[in-house]
Amino acid sequence: METAQDTIQQTEAKAETSQTFFKGTGSQVLLNGLITEGVKTIFGYPGGAIMPIYDALYDYADKLQHILVRHEQGGIHAAQGFARASGEVGVVFATSGPGATNLVTGLADAQIDSTPLVVITGQVFAHLLGTDAFQETDVINITTPVTKWNYQVTDANEIQEVLAKAFYIAKSGRPGPVLIDITKNAQIQIEDFPEYVKCHHIRSYRPKPKVRVEYIEQAAELINAAKKPFVLWGQGVVLGTAEEEFKAFIEKTGIPSAWTILGESAIPTSHPLNVGMLGMHGNYGPNVLTNECDVLIAIGMRFDDRVTGRLDKYAKQAKIIHLDIDPAEIDKNVKADVGVWGDCKETLPLLTKLVNENKHETWLAVFRDYNQQEIDQVITPELYPEGEEITMGEVLRNINEICDGEAIIVTDVGQHQMVACRYAKFNNTRSNITSGGLGTMGFGLPAAIGAKYGAPDKTVIAIIGDGGFQMTPQELGTIMQFGAEVKILILNNRFLGMVRQWQQLFNDKRYSFVNITSPDFVALAKAYYIEGQMVNEREKLRTALGTMINHKGSYLLEVMVGRENNVFPMVPQGMSVSEIRLK
Amino acid sequence: MSTEDKIKYTEDLVDLDGKQEYTITVYAENRIGLLNRIAIIFSKRKINIESLNSSASEIDGIHRFNIVIHEGYEVVRKLARQIEKQIEVLKVYYNTNEEIIWQELALYKVSTDEIAEKVTVERLLRQYGASAVVIRKDYTVFAVTGHREETDALVKALEPYELIEFVRSARVAIIKDSAGFHEKLKEFEAEEPGEELVENEFLEKGGKIFTM
Ligand SMILES: Cc1ncc(C[n+]2csc(CCOP(=O)(O)OP(=O)(O)O)c2C)c(N)n1
Repeated sequence: METAQDTIQQTEAKAETSQTFFKGTGSQVLLNGLITEGVKTIFGYPGGAIMPIYDALYDYADKLQHILVRHEQGGIHAAQGFARASGEVGVVFATSGPGATNLVTGLADAQIDSTPLVVITGQVFAHLLGTDAFQETDVINITTPVTKWNYQVTDANEIQEVLAKAFYIAKSGRPGPVLIDITKNAQIQIEDFPEYVKCHHIRSYRPKPKVRVEYIEQAAELINAAKKPFVLWGQGVVLGTAEEEFKAFIEKTGIPSAWTILGESAIPTSHPLNVGMLGMHGNYGPNVLTNECDVLIAIGMRFDDRVTGRLDKYAKQAKIIHLDIDPAEIDKNVKADVGVWGDCKETLPLLTKLVNENKHETWLAVFRDYNQQEIDQVITPELYPEGEEITMGEVLRNINEICDGEAIIVTDVGQHQMVACRYAKFNNTRSNITSGGLGTMGFGLPAAIGAKYGAPDKTVIAIIGDGGFQMTPQELGTIMQFGAEVKILILNNRFLGMVRQWQQLFNDKRYSFVNITSPDFVALAKAYYIEGQMVNEREKLRTALGTMINHKGSYLLEVMVGRENNVFPMVPQGMSVSEIRLK
Repeated sequence: MSTEDKIKYTEDLVDLDGKQEYTITVYAENRIGLLNRIAIIFSKRKINIESLNSSASEIDGIHRFNIVIHEGYEVVRKLARQIEKQIEVLKVYYNTNEEIIWQELALYKVSTDEIAEKVTVERLLRQYGASAVVIRKDYTVFAVTGHREETDALVKALEPYELIEFVRSARVAIIKDSAGFHEKLKEFEAEEPGEELVENEFLEKGGKIFTM
């Protein structure tokens, strides 16, 4: 095989700007395109069908940092963490067949959580397609339901246009994962390539509509007439970088506002109009009062069933205003009286202009009353426990006291996730990174690695259960090799806690296969040259957390927490949000 | 014009929950794999496609799908939005049978001997407006275009006379009220969509909300 190097006539200047014609391989033009798109970090894992791209990458080490993960699932979760922390597009490389199929969970996760990713997979030679060639899998068809868009490139001449489209699609409108599958012949094909042109328009794709003032006027009218308005915000606020616009809107109207776990850190936890978390393990007030408000203003959230509980008993008394960039979300689960289709970065300022200044003091006080009940019955016992066992809540309280809301907190999935979302304090947007829609165990550790690359100046704490940690522990190897400074906090209850909680509450304590044993996590970390310790007693907890956070480098802290602690409040599945249980 | 636009004026004429036949018309870029993306939208929701036709449209490079399903209005409306969300899809319309002109083509293979011998068959064929496509010694193929009931009726009628083979195409449909897709296309081709051409799908409830 003719090697690419023989014929490269590329100069540094050409690679940087792609201004002039470029002669080289498909792989090189791909990497140049990535650089033009502003990519600096790639998470990936090589293999036969993507070798030409990796070969080209060898010459780009000064411009493209490649993080070799230990499993493709780790790679894509890392890219998700990167994208969520930085607001940029996460990029993943993987080979064909097993490499590509290992990406499916991450794609599904990114799709449902609207995370912008560009995933490049290698594919067998075009002439072998459909022959069950070695490591051939039908990646396009496997990934179709879990991507916003995908495309198979069989000719190097397609690469530039497809890559440009991929970036445009991944980050515009409602963001999402995009996959490009490139056959090996296209990777090695040598061509004269034109200048790389970024994509800004696709004929058949309308990422966002021109905002219609009629919607805004109708919404404003409802809001101005409302006695008990209530805002629910989701990740749309963050994805639209509309945090300031959102804050301006709620501050002018004085409307109590609650969040979905993906919207969480868009405004500081301490904001006086931030009344807490929605949904199954959300706060008492926001859930109960959803069924008492007169106007419900949903902003960049999609009424997931974990948020709404039983739909036929959800906010029936309220007029619903739904602001969303994705028209398919409006009226999908909850019928809107006014659907404001548009980018909330544009719609919110227009709305803010038309709404009256207000305070809603008495209405806000109702939330505070409920909050006080929750503090007395749930929060205080959780954060300041009197029993001997360490609670997850008190771990979070200590983190808040040490980090003062400045850390990025990445969570895995389970009880610890709900506890972290409930109790962690945030001052900055993009600080809460969690797998929401898919609820993917194994997300936490790799996503935290990615988050550190996305926000290198921040302290990144990964909070993970003993079960979830055992799903992707191999990424300790990535930390070892590349030195991403991640604080790993395992909350070990020696159970698959969340499932156990359900079994306790709804299955008569029939603890079927939730009793999980763990290796010596600290020794495991040590095997990867990562410092760590385990704590069992409350007296040592604060110091241990301090040691972890102040340690230079990664650190693993395992905290043994109460075995059968539960996360409350809880809206039992199939119940209405107003039937939320405090215990 | 989509059913949705109609609904706002004639809400009580249409049974919103009741299932009926809807023809979904999809205009899309002609791209490999798109059919799969569209099909998944149905299969994911366990909705059966009664008939699906894909063909070129009057516009170069743009394909047109006609998809027939038996569903309620709400389901169809949501499906249409999900289909329209696909990157390559330009526009989706959905219509009840009253709103479209539609045809299916059916081919019938019958023994030529039977046809020749039995005059009634010939009369039958004339009665159903069938035309002979091929006449051979051993068999003859007839074609009929029409609605399902019409093509079905001829199947019934031919069964006693050695109907060797029968096939029916998917439905093709043209929307009665549509002003044509050309106008719409200009909007899609424009770098920035023009103001007056932007979709206005959620305004229909305007009148109602102000009476809170
Ligand atoms: C990949 C995957 N498999 C299974 C589940 C179902 N699940 C949700 S939470 C949970 C238990 C998690 O246990 P652990 O990681 O120990 O965390 P804890 O709930 O104890 O905090 C399980 C099994 C899931 N969300 N993801």
